[in-house]
Amino acid sequence: MNITVAGTKKEVADGLTVSALIELEQVETPQYVTVSVNEEFIGSDTFDAHVLKEGDEVEFLYFMGGGAR
Amino acid sequence: MKITIKKSDYDRIYEHALKERPDEACGLIAGVDREDGVREIQKVYLLTNIDHTNEHFSIDPKEQLASIKDMRANGLSPLGNWHSHPESPSRPSEEDKRLANDSKASYLILSLQEEGNPVLNAFHVEGEQGARTVRKEELIVIEEE
Repeated sequence: MNITVAGTKKEVADGLTVSALIELEQVETPQYVTVSVNEEFIGSDTFDAHVLKEGDEVEFLYFMGGGAR
Repeated sequence: MKITIKKSDYDRIYEHALKERPDEACGLIAGVDREDGVREIQKVYLLTNIDHTNEHFSIDPKEQLASIKDMRANGLSPLGNWHSHPESPSRPSEEDKRLANDSKASYLILSLQEEGNPVLNAFHVEGEQGARTVRKEELIVIEEE
């Protein structure tokens, strides 16, 4: 099936989960990555169960935060 | 690494940070990494600190996503982020270092500690948690005609 990852169209295996895509894309420090599918943010506890489908648009975002102290 | 920012973008960051005081203000930076090794900021994004405090910031992920898409549409690369320290110096705090998870990013910190004398510095943070190293980047503000 065809999906779009970070703006780039890719052909991937049917039934690919978000967890598998993170591994496939060799995402650095995945524990700090937020994932959106079709502009909806999905919880990290559902990465294993979330099966991607044809035409999905996936983005990986690093949490960005900090503090003054 | 040298990193450049237009004076107008610097002013926008400063004005936004003043407006958001006493809370920390934050946003993203985008542009290009030139072949001569200079990192050129071409656009700054003024985003929402969803923590709304003077000691922490978290960039609104929805605005972050929209900004990334805008960068892509304009041929820009995400270069890092910026945030303000309303009451402390322009250097990464322990929390800043702990949460600096992108080793390719530049982290800009604007200190408002001294009234009327803002200080903006850029930093690069790398290494594993607990052993992060910080390197100051050479930030150049470009005056426009």
